[in-house]
Amino acid sequence: MLETLMLSRIQFAANISFHILFPTITIALSWFIFFFKWRFDQTGEPVWMRAYRFWVKVFALTFALGVVSGITMSFQFGTNWPKFMETVGNIAGPLLGYEVLTAFFLEAGFLGIMLFGINRVSPRIHTLSTLIVAFGTTLSAFWILALNSWMQTPQGYEMRDGIAFPIDWFAIIFNPSFPYRLIHMMIASGLTAAFFVAGISAYRLLKGDNKQAPKLTLKIALTVASLLAPTQIFIGDMHGLNTLEHQPQKIAAMEGIWHTEKGVPLLLFAVPDEAEKTNHLEIGIPKVASIILTHSFNGELKGLNEFLGNHPPVAPVFYAFRIMVGLGILMLTIAWVSRFQLWRKKFLSTWLLKFLVIMTFSGWIATLAGWYVTEIGRQPWLVTGVLTVKDAATDIAPENVGLSLILYLILYVVLLVAYLHTIFTMAIRAVEIEEITDDERVLSTVGNHMTVKR
Amino acid sequence: MFEINTLAIVFASLMAFSVLLYAILDGYDLGVGILLPLESKDDSDTMIASIGPFWDANETWLVLAVGLLLIAFPVAHSHVFKELYLPTAILLISLVLRGVAFDFRAKAAFSHKPTWNRVFKVGSLLAALSQGYMLGMYVMGFENTFAAYSFSLLSAFGVAAAYSYIGACWLIMKTTGQLQAQAINWALKSGGICFLGVIAVSFVNPLINSEVYQKWFSWPNTLLILPVPLLCFALFVFSYIQLRQLPKVNDKGCWRPFVAAVLIFFLCFFGLAFSFFPYIVPDKLTIWETAAAPESLSFLLWGTIVVVPVIFCYTAFSYRVFWGKVEELRYH
Ligand code: HDD
Ligand code: HEM
Ligand code: HEM
Repeated sequence: MLETLMLSRIQFAANISFHILFPTITIALSWFIFFFKWRFDQTGEPVWMRAYRFWVKVFALTFALGVVSGITMSFQFGTNWPKFMETVGNIAGPLLGYEVLTAFFLEAGFLGIMLFGINRVSPRIHTLSTLIVAFGTTLSAFWILALNSWMQTPQGYEMRDGIAFPIDWFAIIFNPSFPYRLIHMMIASGLTAAFFVAGISAYRLLKGDNKQAPKLTLKIALTVASLLAPTQIFIGDMHGLNTLEHQPQKIAAMEGIWHTEKGVPLLLFAVPDEAEKTNHLEIGIPKVASIILTHSFNGELKGLNEFLGNHPPVAPVFYAFRIMVGLGILMLTIAWVSRFQLWRKKFLSTWLLKFLVIMTFSGWIATLAGWYVTEIGRQPWLVTGVLTVKDAATDIAPENVGLSLILYLILYVVLLVAYLHTIFTMAIRAVEIEEITDDERVLSTVGNHMTVKR
Repeated sequence: MFEINTLAIVFASLMAFSVLLYAILDGYDLGVGILLPLESKDDSDTMIASIGPFWDANETWLVLAVGLLLIAFPVAHSHVFKELYLPTAILLISLVLRGVAFDFRAKAAFSHKPTWNRVFKVGSLLAALSQGYMLGMYVMGFENTFAAYSFSLLSAFGVAAAYSYIGACWLIMKTTGQLQAQAINWALKSGGICFLGVIAVSFVNPLINSEVYQKWFSWPNTLLILPVPLLCFALFVFSYIQLRQLPKVNDKGCWRPFVAAVLIFFLCFFGLAFSFFPYIVPDKLTIWETAAAPESLSFLLWGTIVVVPVIFCYTAFSYRVFWGKVEELRYH
């Protein structure tokens, strides 16, 4: 029988992992959609409206899943981690509060107008509503990441009788890891949405869709991806340097360094062995880890031996980090190759289209892997140096937690299958029903805000 | 910085306010879900279209209410949700199911639509039942007795009836013709059950809880509070008379039952809040004992003062945009 602590951890991880799948798409997809709508307003070209219409439906579905799974999250703190709020609630509370007040209401308030109001408000107000929804999703990421980063690298507080009290709100929000995490996450979202849009568009083209819209969205998505992929690698590197400064044990786990040494190799692959405190089957490039992290050939990196009893489990952090970085490099390659081919030849070869379809949800995997590095890498702490996960756990009977966990897991599997099925159904339906007629393009004039009828 | 006792009152009021708004707003859209007829396709499309632009914002009041409990009274939050662990899980799962069903039914392959309609209806019903059950357990002070469980079951059905009632009144206001006639019928039936439920709770509550009894039946409190039940009764009668007369020519007064229902919700909620204040967990914890640090609450209050009026403005704007009878929902 698993104990309550373990079950609560699995449940929390399952809930948030499920939740984050949808925000990662919607945060950036909302900006894509705003861009389509704005271009339509500018040019009056029906193709922008087509792109908007298809993607806004996908957005609505994804957003709905994000909202409902998010509501689950807001109950989780109290039900499964009661000591979390009792210890650091004075800090976490207002940050969560501002997220609800400034972001959630904004998104939800204008979502209705964005989705259903196009014929009831002026084009300008409608475009403004899409902008506000995009802004709201970004704002909610801002607040929740401020909280999460504070949990990683807390500052601006003092402890009185075992309870954290805020001293300096600016320091709390803009804690050391926050700027890196925010930018890294926003770009992660941008990449996830870009590959999502590219993959579905490629899928439509492969299914024989001859219209302008999927070609256009494919091109835009690939342009965005080829700009964001290198930026992400650069930001990720800076994020790592920041982590080295504040959470060196996490870096030691990520790089699989068991003993403090100089001139550390960059491990491409290895099998970390917690019992023996060593790696098997190492494949590495000499000295490169030292170069990346200390900018010197013989730079010294602290090993896990310096943090005995106070470092995270190594294997999951080590593997998850390699999955993320590996995908980042794959994304860069595929984005550049496809964008280059599109530039030279004006179309993509079938194998590249197929590859892009396979990559449709690659952003999900990289994002989850990244979060696993961050969150497991923080163990045994829940709030670094303040509260351990063990101390925050609830004392609810394990049967109850087990039951709720099973229900959630079944629900998530069903919803994920339904979501994927529906997205591809929508893509196929778009191939069949939306047709373009030649005279439509002639009809629309610049600045003429007409919506295209089916 | 504000003083801690003031802050506790302010945040308790804010929380009470968002619970009330949630009950009214999500109440009508859960109610519409409960009433969804599974046979008639056109009616179900119209009914869902009537809540389409609103349900997300409505649910956000729940997030705010729970958020405020978590933020301002963290100890109470842990206490309440530890006691209500399983009903909370069921509530969340039902809210998830109905929220996604709303979107899936519009977009899934056509043959799946009836299934998602069913999910929407069952999800709405389960959400209402579990909220009612949680309310019942709360009123009974989370006792593990047979009486508490029976009362909570009763309360579960009472809340489901109340939501159906306000949902039906919403439909009377937003629809026409056949469906409106049907909604009037629903409102009469569920209104009746709701009325009985309110009476039952009003009797049971002071009987089981001596402090509540003290509050209602001690002089001069009784005199001051008496208008609440009287007004509530009058509103039920008014609503009954209106429903009997509807539909009128030119749809005159189609909004009256809804307004009456909103006022009834308000009065019942006021009655409950009056019974328990200043306890946040009945008989155990008061708002003063559980309030978070004044530094934190002050920081949040400044933002609240600025943001909440803005939220009201754009909520009002959104209701104005979708004012009047429902049209078919189209995503573009
Ligand atoms: C980086 C982004 C991000 C992260 C890490 C999280 N969320 Fe989230 N969340 C969003 C980004 C987001 C969003 C983009 O703003 C969503 C997705 C769809 C939506 O409606 O808003 C959202 C929705 C959403 C909702 C529903 C809002 C509504 O009713 O409109 C709640 C209650 C939460 N989240 C709560 C949480 C909690 C308690 C989290 C952590 C423990 C969390 N989220 C992590
Ligand atoms: C959105 C992306 C996120 C993902 C995918 C994610 C994933 C995870 C995972 C896998 C764990 C379990 C670690 C372990 O027990 O070994 C965890 C723990 C935790 N995370 Fe996150 N997390 C995310 C964001 C957040 C945010 C934004 C917060 C807070 C504001 C947060 C708060 C926590 C807490 C309280 C735990 C404690 C439970 C535990 O350690 O098991 N997480 N998360
Ligand atoms: C290829 C180069 C990349 C590098 C060097 C890199 C580096 C890092 C590092 C060091 C962390 C851990 C930070 C910490 O917790 O202290 C991290 C976390 C994370 N990564 Fe990456 N990353 C890369 C690519 C990507 C890609 C392609 C994605 C997604 C599309 C991604 C998404 C994330 C996410 C969501 C997190 C967790 C949130 C955070 O801490 O920022 N990363 N990354």
